[in-house]
Amino acid sequence: MDNISKHITENEVIDNFDNKLSTLNLGPTHPATHGIFQNILKMDGERIYSAEQTCGYIHRAFEKISERRPYNQIRPLTDRLNYCSSPINNIGWDMTVEKLIGAEIPKRVDYLRVIIMELARIADHLICNSVIAVDTGALTGFTYVFQERERIYEIFEEICGARLTTNIGRIGGFERDFNETAHKKLKDFLKGFPKRFKDFETLLCRNRIFMDRIINVGPINADRALNYGFTGPNLRAAGIDYDVRAMNPYSSYQDFDFKIPIGKSGDTFDRFMVRQEEIKQSLNIINQAVNNLPEGPYHADLPEFYLPPKEDVYTKMEALIYHFKIIMGETNVPKGEIYFSVEGANGELGFYLISDGGRTPFRLHFRRPCFIYYQAFSEMIKGALLSDAIVTMSSMNVIAGELDA
Amino acid sequence: MGQIEKKEKLNIVAPPEGYKGDGFFATKLSSVIGLARANSVWPLPFATSCCGIEFMATMASNYDLARFGMERLSFSPRQSDLLMVMGTISKKMIPVLRQVYEQMAEPKWVLAMGACASSGGIFDSYSVLQGIDKVIPVDVYVPGCPPRPEQLIEGVMQIHELVKTESLRRRYTKEYQKLLESYNIS
Amino acid sequence: MDKEKLLNLINRQFEGIVKSHSEEYGLLCIETETTNIFNLIKWLKEDSSVNFNFLTDICAVQYPESGDREFAVVYHLHNLKENFRLKIKIFTSRDKLNVPSITDIFSAANWMERETFDFYGIIFDGHPNLCRILNLDELDYHPMRKEYKLEDGTRTDKDDRFFGRKGNEKITFDNKKQLARDNG
Repeated sequence: MDNISKHITENEVIDNFDNKLSTLNLGPTHPATHGIFQNILKMDGERIYSAEQTCGYIHRAFEKISERRPYNQIRPLTDRLNYCSSPINNIGWDMTVEKLIGAEIPKRVDYLRVIIMELARIADHLICNSVIAVDTGALTGFTYVFQERERIYEIFEEICGARLTTNIGRIGGFERDFNETAHKKLKDFLKGFPKRFKDFETLLCRNRIFMDRIINVGPINADRALNYGFTGPNLRAAGIDYDVRAMNPYSSYQDFDFKIPIGKSGDTFDRFMVRQEEIKQSLNIINQAVNNLPEGPYHADLPEFYLPPKEDVYTKMEALIYHFKIIMGETNVPKGEIYFSVEGANGELGFYLISDGGRTPFRLHFRRPCFIYYQAFSEMIKGALLSDAIVTMSSMNVIAGELDA
Repeated sequence: MGQIEKKEKLNIVAPPEGYKGDGFFATKLSSVIGLARANSVWPLPFATSCCGIEFMATMASNYDLARFGMERLSFSPRQSDLLMVMGTISKKMIPVLRQVYEQMAEPKWVLAMGACASSGGIFDSYSVLQGIDKVIPVDVYVPGCPPRPEQLIEGVMQIHELVKTESLRRRYTKEYQKLLESYNIS
Repeated sequence: MDKEKLLNLINRQFEGIVKSHSEEYGLLCIETETTNIFNLIKWLKEDSSVNFNFLTDICAVQYPESGDREFAVVYHLHNLKENFRLKIKIFTSRDKLNVPSITDIFSAANWMERETFDFYGIIFDGHPNLCRILNLDELDYHPMRKEYKLEDGTRTDKDDRFFGRKGNEKITFDNKKQLARDNG
């Protein structure tokens, strides 16, 4: 018995045999966990008696790396936080720095950002909802919506050249305006998506099997959700209409007319439906933004942060200096301490930034919504069946990159 | 009434090199086995982060990895042939990765997808393993952060090429044993 | 709610608890003593006149070589009803890293405090399970502290001279701490 396990002694093994509860190790690489999470479940037959989550399996030290990087080079890191909707993180970071340096952003940039962020939100919610369906055994919806995600990827690709980790935008705006193809693809998407989304909805929303599987599964009430620091769709499913877009509007969200869907019981079904409805609201916002897109420059006048045009770099001394300083990351940022948050796809994504006036942040802390609300998971699945726990987890949309930073 | 045109029979997989005559076809056993193996590689997706999402896109309808005989994802290491490591492997993850690799039955191949799995990528930090080839042997590296689905498919094609041409005796050779020993895998 | 009103309410409840206050980018920040933090946050959450019912974030900051103000723990609270945010800071020194835990007030604080402990070694007294959360349990230092370096030094495709490392020094787990201090 000596070498079997370094964690438990022989006596404990015998104790465990007598015990009615069995221990089940779910993860870190388990097909049903969609990412690297480990749950140690104490099971009474099929029922979960207690659960303990461990995380940190892809901890990459974002905060430490950020302390060594110039502001422009932190954006690629934010890509990899919630990689299902990278543009929201990118733009959130840009806006944090803009707020710190007190930049004034043209209206067109705000609208373009809104379009991109809402596209990203759609992409994120699509993945989450289709994965809920996969976990209940319905793979069809997944293949349907991935076609649509490809359309969104194509739009991103047209704007910034990348599909998933977009690194979209710059401090002050965008590196280039939307081109003709991007506008066309966006238009096609807005035209085609509602119909195909309807297909997905008809497949699942009133599907008796699906409803039976997710109604009353993993519920959490509003009080507990608040206490656990829930934000985003998960909090709204519990019945609290907190949305950063509406409460502290950024990037001209106050110009748009949209509803904040809320649920009642905070169960998996509500989370699913809130996301479904948010996709429609996002579409609505994009339509408004596209129709009212103001003319104007696509970036702010921030010579210290925004790269000058290449022709100027070759011909003008000043432009060359700025170019060099930005590329080498030698731009000093004013001293200050700031907290800025955006409504990420999973909730309030906050950036707490302390600048000591140097080229890199003195301290940067990410408020990652996943990390904060995932701790409620064990409470939510207590007494549930194992298969319900899986569905609950996918409906919380825990993204490993954001969880572990 | 128009007659339906008889289509030429589709040859999805080309036959290996060999001699063809009336009613017979002669080739090496290893080529036949290689061909069979290459067209039914069962991948074990070890998806940890961003690359995993791109892998999902590759598996899904648009790129459809199932075209290459990889429809069946084998989540059990015991029944899989190809370990696809996608995403950052942190130091906390090393024992898990090694255990998964050790559980796989021979012959097995490893594909490292993305910069993180190949070299640590942009995360040169205290918590990230600087390339999975520090703990397990890797056959194919796919560059990119994350790679596009086309790139991943290209990587898979290279795995297929390796599988097709690998000698049946390779896994018993001294060199291979030495390689495993250098990783402390027995 | 506004800044003045909130400060008055706090002062009426806890005389002289606010050591200093400032406002940056529209966010009110108050500084208080470590010993007061639990009662202050408890009151802020439960009293209906202030009603900070949401804990946004907890994190720590290190200001190296600042004596008894070396480590700061920063709490972000949010009054969702009136949309008012508040930042509370407490400072502690390197030899006295004990801070009361607020897990009894907000369940969300549990992992936030564990993360802060993991990164900076702040010890939250009264925490139900204060252990590492993101890093390996075997790690013998708190990696976010400024004296430890970022890289682990096993990267072979980088030219050490360009990254401020000393030659091809072998870094093992034992001499890692020492090396980190040497390299700053």
